[in-house]
Amino acid sequence: MSEPVILVENLVKRYPGGAVAVDGIAFTVARGVTAALLGGNGAGKTTTLGILLGLLLPSSGTVKLFGEDVLRHRYRVLPRINFSSPYADLPHRLTVRQNLSIYARLYRLKRRAERIETLARDLQIEAFLDRPAGKLSSGQKTRVALAKGLLNEPELLLLDEPTASLDPDTGDWVRSYLEAYRARTGATILLASHNMGEVERLCSEVMMMKAGIIVDRGSPSDLIGRYGRANLEEVFLDIARSPREALEPVS
Amino acid sequence: MILRPPETRFSPARVWAMLLRYLYILRSSWPRTLELLYWPTLQVLIWGFMSQFLRQNSSYVAQAFGVLLGAVMLWDLLFRSQLGLSISFLEEMWSRNLGNLFVAPLRAYEWVISLLAMSMIRVAIGVVPAALLAIPLYHYSIFAMGLPLIAFLILLMAMGWALGLAICGLILRHGMGAESLAWTIIFALSPISCVYYPVATLPHWLQPVAWCLPQTYVFEGMRAVLFHQTFRTDYFLSAVGLDLVYLVLGGTVFFFAFRDARHRGALMQMGE
Repeated sequence: MSEPVILVENLVKRYPGGAVAVDGIAFTVARGVTAALLGGNGAGKTTTLGILLGLLLPSSGTVKLFGEDVLRHRYRVLPRINFSSPYADLPHRLTVRQNLSIYARLYRLKRRAERIETLARDLQIEAFLDRPAGKLSSGQKTRVALAKGLLNEPELLLLDEPTASLDPDTGDWVRSYLEAYRARTGATILLASHNMGEVERLCSEVMMMKAGIIVDRGSPSDLIGRYGRANLEEVFLDIARSPREALEPVS
Repeated sequence: MILRPPETRFSPARVWAMLLRYLYILRSSWPRTLELLYWPTLQVLIWGFMSQFLRQNSSYVAQAFGVLLGAVMLWDLLFRSQLGLSISFLEEMWSRNLGNLFVAPLRAYEWVISLLAMSMIRVAIGVVPAALLAIPLYHYSIFAMGLPLIAFLILLMAMGWALGLAICGLILRHGMGAESLAWTIIFALSPISCVYYPVATLPHWLQPVAWCLPQTYVFEGMRAVLFHQTFRTDYFLSAVGLDLVYLVLGGTVFFFAFRDARHRGALMQMGE
């Protein structure tokens, strides 16, 4: 079996002040898989993504991406990964093209203009490439953020709420795009989302988080069957409403 | 020798990318570009006319007409170099963009180099036109100082960078509530930097404090050039030494705060 793209062991994040955001989680994600971190607010999803990206230092534990220790060799893995979130803004006064061009340079891409044109066509952002990023609608911003996340054609794509603020039609279109991207490139995708329909459709593995631990995991259909529910949203509610003491961490 | 993959090495291309970003930002707002020119020009106008008046009424200024105007321009250079660095840094804060930036393989020191380069560009835009304006208006050219001027520029810019780095570190540590430090700290140093008057003017107990600042040596050195046509090497070397100390301190504060921000998760959250 090939080495997992993401390997997390005994990961703990205790913020200065004592709050424990992640409390000893462990998981792996294999190459080419789309996985999800699910959980309510404060479950530890964003903290986990932040640690995987190297934006946040863990208190203890191991994080390996492509077999490289992220804490020691962050710059070896960063060119192979990317991140997209509608909550991480791009400078408002720069045009979309200027913003993308700067990131293309940061990734030291060759043929930057060509890459931006291709992405613009694929993500249907051509019409506002020369508009300031601050003048875009929420849906347009989300698509531009996704274009930023795909600039270096990442082997591992981390997404935080990839379809937040999108109307159902555009949301569906983005999900189709992500499915096609994974099928075409064999990339691994890890997303944090509150949209259960999205997770059911995109993901083959789900990790349910609550209060900093992974309380259950499996494919969406496994989880739905195990909890005897009709869909993932009902599973989510079951877990969210269970007292913390009733839930055991799974590894 | 270990050959590291290109991703792990310093990249001038990434520094250029960041510099380009700040140039785009600068170009996107003409009022901001105008503001760069506005304050130094205004200062030169006010102090130029003041100097002309004092020349006729003060033996001190009459001995070397350029002493006040030169001081104004050099002080502005110190202020602008600090502010130029801090403003580019704040642009990232205002746009809540640090998370995006440091997910890319950009190193903190590559970012800092681009901030320093942008500070030089901002200084050039602001101070050079003001210095040129003084030539037709007052028949005074700061460039007449010659080679010592280059030494003064480098020394003041280095101190501006040291302060700018420390201020950026404080903003990283304390959030946008500390933003006003970018505009205020330097003015707290102004009275003891002896910009317009000799150190001897200060009370005795305050003079050792003044001599702990590299800019004090620069302004004393400038007066030595203008009054006595002498370049004080001892002042120059003292200022170089102090600049190095402050640059190390400023850099330490910045990089410590940056690492601390990764502990606290501030890179993911920081913004207006």
